[in-house]
Amino acid sequence: MNVQTLIFYFFATILLGAAARVVTARNPVHSALFLVLAFFTAAALWIMLQAEFLAIVLVLVYVGAVMVLFLFVVMMLDINYDTLREGFWDNLPFALLVAVLMAAEMAVVVAGRNFWANGSGVSPVIHGPEYSNIKELGRLIYTEYVYPFEIASVILLVAIVAAIALTLRRRKDTKYQDPAQQIAVRRNDRLRIISVETDTKLMKKQEVIQQTEQQS
Amino acid sequence: MMEFFQSLLGPLWPLVWTLVKIVVIVGPLLLAVAYVTYAERKVIGYMQVRIGPNRVGPLGLLQPIADGVKLMMKEIIIPSGANKKLFLLGPVLAMAPALAAWAVVPFSPELVLANIDASLLYIMAITSMGVYGIVLAGWASNSKYPFLGAMRSAAQIVSYEIAMGFALVGVLMAAQSLNLVEIVNAQKGSSFFSWYWLPLFPMFLVYLISSVAEINRAPFDVAEGESEIVGFHAEYSGMAFAVFFLAEYANMILVATLTALMFLGGWLPPFDVAPFTWIPGFFWLIAKICFVLFLFLWFRATFPRYRYDQIMRLGWKVFIPVTLIWLLFVGAMMQTPLGYLFH
Amino acid sequence: MMKSLNAFFKSLLLIELLQGMAVTGRYLFARKITVQFPEERTPMSPRFRGLHALRRYPNGEERCIACKLCEAVCPAMAIEIDMEERADGTRRTTRYDIDLTKCIFCGYCEESCPVDSIVETRVFDYHGEKRGDLYYTKQMLLAVGDKHEAQIAKDRAADAKYR
Repeated sequence: MNVQTLIFYFFATILLGAAARVVTARNPVHSALFLVLAFFTAAALWIMLQAEFLAIVLVLVYVGAVMVLFLFVVMMLDINYDTLREGFWDNLPFALLVAVLMAAEMAVVVAGRNFWANGSGVSPVIHGPEYSNIKELGRLIYTEYVYPFEIASVILLVAIVAAIALTLRRRKDTKYQDPAQQIAVRRNDRLRIISVETDTKLMKKQEVIQQTEQQS
Repeated sequence: MMEFFQSLLGPLWPLVWTLVKIVVIVGPLLLAVAYVTYAERKVIGYMQVRIGPNRVGPLGLLQPIADGVKLMMKEIIIPSGANKKLFLLGPVLAMAPALAAWAVVPFSPELVLANIDASLLYIMAITSMGVYGIVLAGWASNSKYPFLGAMRSAAQIVSYEIAMGFALVGVLMAAQSLNLVEIVNAQKGSSFFSWYWLPLFPMFLVYLISSVAEINRAPFDVAEGESEIVGFHAEYSGMAFAVFFLAEYANMILVATLTALMFLGGWLPPFDVAPFTWIPGFFWLIAKICFVLFLFLWFRATFPRYRYDQIMRLGWKVFIPVTLIWLLFVGAMMQTPLGYLFH
Repeated sequence: MMKSLNAFFKSLLLIELLQGMAVTGRYLFARKITVQFPEERTPMSPRFRGLHALRRYPNGEERCIACKLCEAVCPAMAIEIDMEERADGTRRTTRYDIDLTKCIFCGYCEESCPVDSIVETRVFDYHGEKRGDLYYTKQMLLAVGDKHEAQIAKDRAADAKYR
């Protein structure tokens, strides 16, 4: 057993432990955090497979963005843990069935490719330090797989637009400020300086009063 | 000397050697963090016609050490309703990314702990994790105001990360590499006009302003406005608080370094002629970092705090469109005969 | 049209922000106005309202006649007075306490005093290390008065013509 295998098992243990805690942790916030840990260790495993681009993107997208929003929502929820655990045993058989099915499907896909066919499976190629799999990925995405890639991006765009369209509602009674308008205001829009003619009658009256005061 | 240790430690040597390198980076970094706080108080003091700290040591130079000792002596209070483990995990999660990102930061073409291919991506991934510390601190405190502060901060950081990411896409398009060393080398030219701040000027501004928002500093300091707003670490005290403080300033130095590397030519001298090239590149880098840090302090002394909805508006409605348009522009220009301007 | 275009470029090029930074940048080099407190002090008005003191007449007799006007007027109820008739038939205090943690330094006691006995001095940098230290008794107040009598008398004289 060399050092690499040792490190692999180290990360694999953490990954499995964290994944198990995601399901078993009582507090949803803890679950979400264990999921973050699971993603992170998975990224570490991918780096060991020389897939550093995928690993970093996993951290960037899932840990850095998706899970933050997840955590955001989970923290804001006021969850009653007892009602959450209600009906656990009733639903267990069905859940187990789904789980077994999923595991079987995964086994068929993974095993069929790598383990089943001796030697005919794709064995990983070891590349030198000069090899950049980011460049390779970019080249493949924009040449060989350009249509699937573009279709996927259009689907994502549609999803964004749909999500916004579903949640966007305009209320007429809301009052809001438009900062652009606020800062566009100039003095002359609000303030008018007018020159008022002096009231000559009043001036005369005052003069009379002053004179009488001086005399007395 | 080195061979001796190498033979002594055998297979453990790479581990020990990496640890030594980490200490060599982190030690001065933490010292720099301490003195950035001192510089901040001095600079802001001077801009407010005061003289800042001057009592502890000559010119107040020992002030950060006195502050550190004070914080270390204080009791760490854990609120009775708090989630104890997560409460203590919060500061650690805030600090760890701020330090881990330094692993790929080059100080000169050779001086870098891990010169990996995708260092730009690595930095973005690691810094995007800093928000966990803040969110956890706010939630685990089991208190309303820290929680609200954490929410404000998380939304702000996640929003500005997008604009920041797009600005960096511009850099990577111009340099055609994700490696920080190559990004700096791609900026090489006869003078400082060949650095990326000029061809990518809108990106440079967006990056600079977003990074201020990203590190929760004035005028975007709604997560924790030291003067008025109760922030995410309202329940923290003593060393636990100090770790947040250190993380904030370590992040500040980090984004200043990244700005220097990606837009201000890193270790390249401003003119590629004799008197400037005599000075080692490392000092040019330090000078540029200090310049950006000074800008951050200057911003803080000048601008009033943004209102929260305006922060969001600026991020989503101004910065993201601006960067997207400039990305298109840069991409189009690179296909024209004028493309060499953007390389 | 031209105006809105002008405004657009003004905000796009951050002109106003740069103007603001120019202001703070100028002040970076301005002469500093900090007063180094223990060594330097700012000038003080003769009407300054600091630590309280009880005064005496030049012959050493205390001025206070225990009329309790100050106790009545004190908005923070910080003053407490007990009195008795002394052997020579004069009305004197047996107790005159001011709780400085309650006091708001409004100066009403000084204004109300018919014999200029209770006054507020220029002393403001006193301190206490326990809470009880800021509860000043008659003896302490008299001691403050004795110590600063010269300054107190000078300040009253300077202010007399405006009263």
